[in-house]
Amino acid sequence: MTDKILEVQGLKKSYNGFIAVNGISFHVNRAEIFGFLGPNGAGKTTTINMLIGMAKISGGRIFYKGKDLTNNIKKAQEIIGVVPDESNLYNEMNGFDNLCFCGALYGLPKREREKKAHGLLELFGLKDAAGKKFMAYSKGMKRKLTIAAALIHEPEILFLDEPTTGIDVSSVRQIRNLIKELNENGTTIFLTTHYIEEAERLCNRVAFIDKGEIIQIDSVEQLIKASRETNIIEIHFEPVTYDKTRLLEKLNEIFPGIECVLKNDSAIKMVSISKIDIAPVVNYLSAEGLFIYEARLIKPSLEDAFVKATGIEIDLMKKEKEKK
Amino acid sequence: MKSAIAFWNILLKDMKNYYLKPPNISWGIIFPFAWMLMMFLRTKTAFNIEEVFPGIVGMSILFGTTSMLSVTITFERKARSFERLLLAPISIELLITAKIAGAILFGIFNSIVPVLFSVLYFKAFVSSWAVLITGIILLSIISTLLGLFISVSAKEVFEAQTYSNFFRFPMIFLCGLFIPVSALPLIIRPLSYILPVTYGIDTLHHAISGNGFLPIGIDFIILAVCCFLLFFISIYNIRRRWII
Repeated sequence: MTDKILEVQGLKKSYNGFIAVNGISFHVNRAEIFGFLGPNGAGKTTTINMLIGMAKISGGRIFYKGKDLTNNIKKAQEIIGVVPDESNLYNEMNGFDNLCFCGALYGLPKREREKKAHGLLELFGLKDAAGKKFMAYSKGMKRKLTIAAALIHEPEILFLDEPTTGIDVSSVRQIRNLIKELNENGTTIFLTTHYIEEAERLCNRVAFIDKGEIIQIDSVEQLIKASRETNIIEIHFEPVTYDKTRLLEKLNEIFPGIECVLKNDSAIKMVSISKIDIAPVVNYLSAEGLFIYEARLIKPSLEDAFVKATGIEIDLMKKEKEKK
Repeated sequence: MKSAIAFWNILLKDMKNYYLKPPNISWGIIFPFAWMLMMFLRTKTAFNIEEVFPGIVGMSILFGTTSMLSVTITFERKARSFERLLLAPISIELLITAKIAGAILFGIFNSIVPVLFSVLYFKAFVSSWAVLITGIILLSIISTLLGLFISVSAKEVFEAQTYSNFFRFPMIFLCGLFIPVSALPLIIRPLSYILPVTYGIDTLHHAISGNGFLPIGIDFIILAVCCFLLFFISIYNIRRRWII
C-alpha cells in the first residue's frame, strides 16, 4: 500500500479568466498532519473544494491512495471527512440526530451509527447536549459537533478548514488536543489555518500557499531551520508619538546589514544574518526619545519562515481573516 | 444497501424537518379545503363537482409541491447543510431522488382532502380509480420536478417563491385546471401544450369523466418524458451551478 494517501499533480482552477489555483503539486502522507497556510484568497479553500468534490478541476490530477480519482472524486468521498469553515449541520435537529443522520449518509446501519454517535458525543464532551437542538449550541460546541459529524464514518483523511477560527479559547485548546489525538489514532489530517502557531504546534509538514501557488513545502522543522540562520531581535518601547517612517529610514541607514521593520506601534523587529549588537541600537532609540523596556532575542518560528517565504505580515493576515 | 440507507434517511429527515410540521400538515388540509369551499360558495347554483374536481386536485398538488421543494432545497443551500449531502458518497441522482420523494408524497397527501371531499360529500363519480391514482402520482412528480427546476435556479428562498409564482399562476389558466384547453384562444394554446401540468390535469379529466383532450396513453407518455427531461436538466444544472 502506498504511503501517500493523497497526491496532487499540477492542480489548477480558473474561473472567468481568473486563476485561483495555478498548477500546484504536493502530497499528503498517511497518518500525518499536513498544514496548508496562506492569506485570504490564496487558494486554500478552492484547493480543498477541488479535493473533496465540491469544485470542478480546471487541470491537473488527484490521486487518493495511489488511484487517479480526478474524474471520480465521489469514489474518494467514502474515505474523506470534511469540516468546513462554517458549521453546516441541521439547526432544527439535536446533536445526536445530526450525528446519526450524517452516519446514515455513509450507509451506516442504525445500531452502528447510534453507537458511534454516543461515542463521539462522549469523546467531544457533548454528551449532556446530545438532546439539545444544534441552533442552541455555542460556537465552540457547534464546531466540535461538526468535527464529530465528519468522523462518524471513520474517514482515513480529515479535511479541516480553519477549525479554530472564531471560537473561545477553551474550545480552541480542546479542538487542538482532539486533532492531535485523532492523528495519534491514525487519521490523516489536512489542515488549513491562518494561525501559524497552530500549524507549528500540530503539523508535521506544511505548505505555504499564496496567489494560487505553493511557495514552500517542507516539514515544520526544516522550514524553521532555514529561518534559524537569521538573527531576530525585538525591541519594545512605550507607545509614543513619533515619525515612524523617518525612524525606520534612520535605523536602516545607521545600521546597515540589519533589516528593521515596525512590528506594531510599540515594537521594532530587527533581522540580520550576523549577530546584532543591540547596545548602539538601544542607545540610538533612547536618544530619539523612546522609552525602551525590553529587548529580546527571538527564536525563529514557523511564522518567520512564513513571512520570509511569502513576505506577508501575520498580523495583517489575522486582521483580514477576523474582518471576514 | 448503503445507498438505500442514505436514501431512506434523507427522505425521513425531510419528512420530519419540513413536511410533517404542523403548519405544513394544516396547509395540506386547509388549502384544498379552502379551494373547495370557495368553489362551492361561488358556484352554488350550478355546481358540477366533476368539472372542478381535476382543477382543485391539480392546484392542491401544484401549489403544495412547488412551494415546499423550492423552499427546502433553497433553504438548505443557504444554510450550507445541502453541502453535507453533496459530500456524501452517493450519486447526485440518488440524492435528488431522495429530496424530491418527500415533496411527491406531500403532493399526494395534498390531493387526499379534495378527493375525499368530492367523492364522499359531493358524491363525485370517478370513472377509473386506477387512472385517478396514477394521474395524482404523475402530477405530483411533474409538479415536484418543476419545483426542483425552479429551486436550482434560485439563491434565496424568496427568489424561489417568486419564480414559483411566475410559473404557477399562469398554469391555473393555461393547463386546463378550470378552463378547458379547448376553450382557450388559439393563440394561447401552444403555451398550454408545452406545459407538462396540462397533461397531468388531462389524466384527472380521464379519471373522472372518461374523456380528455388526448388519449390517456399519450398523456402518460408525455408526462413520463417530461419527468425524465426535467429531472436530468435539473441534475445537469446542479452540477453546473453548485459544483463550480
